[in-house]
Amino acid sequence: MQDLGSAFMAAIALVRDGDAGMLAILGLSLRVSLAALGIAAVVGLPLGALLAVARFPGRRAVVVALNALMGLPPVVAGLLIYLLLSRSGPLGHWGLLFTPGAMVIAQAVLITPILAALSRGVLEALWEEYAEALRSFGAGPWRAVPTLLWDGRFALLTVLLAGFGRASAEVGAVILVGGNIEGFTRTMTTAIALETSKGDLPLALALGLVLMVIVLGVNALAQGLRDVALRRAG
Amino acid sequence: MVRRHLRRGLLLAGFALPAAAQERFITLASTTSTEQSGLFGHILPIFTRDTGIGVRVVALGTGQALDVGRRGDADALLVHDRAAEERFVAEGHGGPRRQVMYNDFVLIGPAADPAGIAGMRDVGEALRQIAARRAPFVSRGDRSGTHAAELRLWQEAGIDPVRGRGQWYREIGQGMGPALNTAAAQEAYLLSDRGTWLAFRNRQALKLLVEGDARLLNQYGVLAVSPQRHPGVKVKEAQAFIDWITGAAGQAAIAGYRINGEQLFFPNAAPPN
Repeated sequence: MQDLGSAFMAAIALVRDGDAGMLAILGLSLRVSLAALGIAAVVGLPLGALLAVARFPGRRAVVVALNALMGLPPVVAGLLIYLLLSRSGPLGHWGLLFTPGAMVIAQAVLITPILAALSRGVLEALWEEYAEALRSFGAGPWRAVPTLLWDGRFALLTVLLAGFGRASAEVGAVILVGGNIEGFTRTMTTAIALETSKGDLPLALALGLVLMVIVLGVNALAQGLRDVALRRAG
Repeated sequence: MVRRHLRRGLLLAGFALPAAAQERFITLASTTSTEQSGLFGHILPIFTRDTGIGVRVVALGTGQALDVGRRGDADALLVHDRAAEERFVAEGHGGPRRQVMYNDFVLIGPAADPAGIAGMRDVGEALRQIAARRAPFVSRGDRSGTHAAELRLWQEAGIDPVRGRGQWYREIGQGMGPALNTAAAQEAYLLSDRGTWLAFRNRQALKLLVEGDARLLNQYGVLAVSPQRHPGVKVKEAQAFIDWITGAAGQAAIAGYRINGEQLFFPNAAPPN
């Protein structure tokens, strides 16, 4: 109990003092996860929409594969990217290993399947409502994708938040490909892992509390924006 | 073209990075003991101030750090497992090895001390006692320098602890901190480097029980990764780091690092071997 109490006090102190080291780490965490979310959205959402509208041989296999990839263990994804980006690996000349760029790639790889699979589910339901109307305008599946993405944007926000949550909470992959370098690739989650291993459990938990509050804030903000937009649209 | 754009895009995606990011830098693969004890936080800013070269430390176990060097993913290594370091040099991955500093290992255990080893001067005798009582012992089990030292000590004591595996001998395959956390939770014995022990906060009932045996010496060495094997390696900067840390300024910086007045690492640089 005492530890929990001191973790809470430490969390408050960290925020109150605006601890510079922590703010830098927090900033990096947000930048990395948002960049990964951006990449994953550009790839994953259209892919999900296409799978919702198109019918082609092997579609079911792709859907099953995407659903399975949602459970890709972060360490495995991290290892794969590590070996690709290592100087001895095929993309070694990029010099990206142990940089924030490598962490962005790792998180993007982890959450792209999540965005694709979840958006397919959401948009498939929407497509069933719309299919008739869109077809009557003579719109093929390719034309239908942007329309679906636009009309489903409020539902897709939840999908994006799920992806962001997974990205910002992830530690196994980013610690491998980022190296947890102080002042350069240390994120909130790898800092939490480090403080835990140093035995400073209250500080580790305090950092965890701060991270949770930030993620809560991002979610609340997104929800608020959605409500405002809905009211305007409605 | 596409590749280059992709790469630049990734670099730009928010990574015109913190003000502290250095133009010139090396990647140093090292051990958790040197980073978590706070040594790097003390000496590296001095090196950067003197030379303008930043140091990005990736802290791993010694075995893993050497593997990072073998793949060319670091420019220099600062590790503590002499046999493994000499193997690394013999394989042509880098070198020469320079010795830098030492500290010592200590045997930690529960204050209740069921094996009765507190105050012993002979670490071999202490280990035999732990094995005889089948008292829980946590091993790093991660090919780190500390793990290698632990295995060597068991061997010198004439004991094969692996036979107690799954019962009293517990290999956790993790770093020094997690091993200390585990030992604290299970009231187990373990071998730790002194620096990590001193900086460790979650001791619970753990106490330092055995120290001072000459066999507990913990020697650190520094190596440059071979530019012949890995053309991407930053030879000049890595050499500047090695020259500095084995030279007067670096050695003085190491000697100057203290926790609560206690010196953690003792400089003892010598010519290459």
